[in-house]
Amino acid sequence: MSAIDRTATGKIHTFAHAAQPRRSARRWARETGWRHIIGVIMTVFCAFPLLYVLSASLNPGGTLVTANSVFSSFDFGSYVELFNRPQQPYAAWFGNTMLIGIISSLGTVFLGALAAYAFSRMRFLGRRVGLLTLLLVQMFPQLLAVVAIFLLLSGISDIFPAIGLDSQIGLIMVYLGGALGVNTYLMYGFFNTVPASIDEAAKIDGAGHARIFFTIILRLVAPILAVVGLLSFVGTTSEFVIASVVLIDPQKQTLAVGLYQFISQEFSRNWSVFAAGAVLAAIPVMALFLFLQRYIVGGLTAGSVK
Amino acid sequence: MVRPARDPGIGRRTARSRRATRIADGAGGGWVTVSVKILALGILDAIAIYALLVLVRDEQWVISALVVAVTVLVNWIYFSRRKLPAKYLTPGLLFLAIFQIFVLVYSGYIAFTNYGTGHNSDKADAVNALLLSAQNRVENSATYPITVLEQFGELSFLVTEPDGDVSVGGTERPLEEVQNARIESGRAVGLDGYTTLEFADILTRQSEIAAISVPLTDDPNDGALRTPDGSNAYLYISALAYDEEASTMTDTATGTVYRDIGTGAFTSESGAELLPGWRIDVGLDNFARAFGEQSIRGPLLSVTVWTFAFAFLSVLTTFALGLFLAIVFNDARMRSRKYYRVILILPYAFPGFLSALVWAGLMNQEFGYINSVLLGGAEVPWLTNEWLAKFSVLFVNLWLGFPYMFLVTTGALQSIPDELVEAATVDGARPWAIFRFIKLPLLLVSVSPLLISSFAFNFNNFNLIYLLTNGGPRDIEASINVGATDILISMVYKVAFVGATRDYGLASAFAIIIFILVAVISIISFRRTKSLEELN
Repeated sequence: MSAIDRTATGKIHTFAHAAQPRRSARRWARETGWRHIIGVIMTVFCAFPLLYVLSASLNPGGTLVTANSVFSSFDFGSYVELFNRPQQPYAAWFGNTMLIGIISSLGTVFLGALAAYAFSRMRFLGRRVGLLTLLLVQMFPQLLAVVAIFLLLSGISDIFPAIGLDSQIGLIMVYLGGALGVNTYLMYGFFNTVPASIDEAAKIDGAGHARIFFTIILRLVAPILAVVGLLSFVGTTSEFVIASVVLIDPQKQTLAVGLYQFISQEFSRNWSVFAAGAVLAAIPVMALFLFLQRYIVGGLTAGSVK
Repeated sequence: MVRPARDPGIGRRTARSRRATRIADGAGGGWVTVSVKILALGILDAIAIYALLVLVRDEQWVISALVVAVTVLVNWIYFSRRKLPAKYLTPGLLFLAIFQIFVLVYSGYIAFTNYGTGHNSDKADAVNALLLSAQNRVENSATYPITVLEQFGELSFLVTEPDGDVSVGGTERPLEEVQNARIESGRAVGLDGYTTLEFADILTRQSEIAAISVPLTDDPNDGALRTPDGSNAYLYISALAYDEEASTMTDTATGTVYRDIGTGAFTSESGAELLPGWRIDVGLDNFARAFGEQSIRGPLLSVTVWTFAFAFLSVLTTFALGLFLAIVFNDARMRSRKYYRVILILPYAFPGFLSALVWAGLMNQEFGYINSVLLGGAEVPWLTNEWLAKFSVLFVNLWLGFPYMFLVTTGALQSIPDELVEAATVDGARPWAIFRFIKLPLLLVSVSPLLISSFAFNFNNFNLIYLLTNGGPRDIEASINVGATDILISMVYKVAFVGATRDYGLASAFAIIIFILVAVISIISFRRTKSLEELN
């Protein structure tokens, strides 16, 4: 029992505990018991859909109906079938999603860090206006312009089929268009916490701006780079609108587009195969999230709770 | 607020410090940096030159000029000894300018055109497509022996004409006479610079070859050669005759004249249109349709109201539940809070698009778990009744969104100093009063920017709506594909990309309406949060 409680009710009761170390059951129920009840209810609410998918995926040849008998069988048949469907190339979707996610998040981190370095360390004409513009532009998400993006890429296709419509490079380029904006903003705040005296010392020792940036600053701001990279990876891998418009060939599609089309074509028939695909797709993202949750929470709130 | 770093002194520097910087840069930038820079610029310039060649061939002068200007600018920035900030900003800004700012402006332009199904291209393309689609084989016409050639991936016909002349041509490239063709038994079989397609190639590319139509002359009314088998071609003449002077299409069979009356398609006296048409500027037509036609205005209005209601209620419900749980679990006496916390963020960690699809299965009317098992076989139309679907969307968004609010409010609650609470307790405040008058106001100060960004996110929360309900149930009175749970962005997507007719112009007009709404929201929110003034 900690002596210093953060909550108001806790404070009042601290004195009572000092006198009476063992609590009665009624007292336990009043103080923390009901919190556990809410906790259990919320646990069921949060975990149930996830357990349902897991159980459905272990129900081979299952439809929506058979998925209703939760954890009635335990078979990896759906996982095997998932990789043996020529019409729905799951392995390709998975690989594409990872590839697009990793490349765009690396690019986002790099472009954002370059810009944040300039905004944080240099004073130039248009700096304040530039920061304001980034703040404003990020209010208008790219998906608003999805029609124009589609038409622009189909125009590019006429010149460079390799980076136009139905090309993953084209999609990555579109994602990189959103690299500045909120990311630069997060990074800018963090870059400012690195003392400028470090740069100056390095400069006196004979380091140029590029060397200072790549070998000193980037290492000192690694935590924020990880946060931005992770958020952008999670965002890119579940992006649907632009990916669904740009990628046409099933071999080139991402998980979000592929799984949606898979399930919308034959909704209830192949539910267990879909569930297996969903479980496999969720594992990398959830693992990243749970391992790095502390950093993510820090990154999410850094924008406001300063 | 983090204090910004001290000015490193690049803004107001003296001649000496400038020289010192240059020496430092010179000493610091080793040959690796320089060679990486030259390599990267070399690749960029090579791409730009290739693009330029293609653009000049296609006579796209404006874009060519832009490509030249941007390439020169980038080279100048990176070879100049100054322009340090620009060196760091250019890569990101380039992508931002094209794929975020330009596309928004371009949507603005598309909103004033009739771009969409049947109006995809320019007039010349439309004329070609019309003539091509109306082509019929001329009966009893001569047979032209041909050989299919390939050059740079493009296919051509090498034609041996009845009088023995040999000429070559392809799609939109009229026949041109050639002299140096290789002749075998009276039939031209090869030409320098071209590869002759083997029989096996012809078989595999049959559909591609069958689509080729080689004009006999510059005048499209003279007809074109097409081949069914890759070895003999026949003369095809279009049932439509195009008069370029008068800009009319005449159906030679019926004698009907279709005129260009400025609507982007050839139209007959009786109002029948020949499609495909072409792209024209239609001014405010799309906006007039959006606000004028009852079958579009009604849905647009209800979708707009629902978008605001959805975004507002989503923020409200997720924040309320998140805050409630943060208070419940923010008690040091409670054990195993750590485990609850991990479980509570599971919905947030699960990829959002999958959650929507899984919930769509759970809520399925006939077979879903909720109806079949939890409600014992009731057939509650969770996703197909107008109001229940709205409720379901909000409910699933609550499941998806409360963990974020829980994390954020937990952090904010813990950052409220204990002294404040103690002081209030000493003054005799009850727990509810402490919460209402001390914690909540402090909490709102720190989380209100996040609430605004959450509102902005939900305003365009396409994935949830589209993947859960597909926007449905569909509004049967509307002339566009729109449903009860559609929000503005999903309506844009459906008008532009779903279904047989795609109306990019109208969709862009809707996008412009969202743009204006978002701009108004952000102006209001920036005024309130004062975040612009803190910027330095």
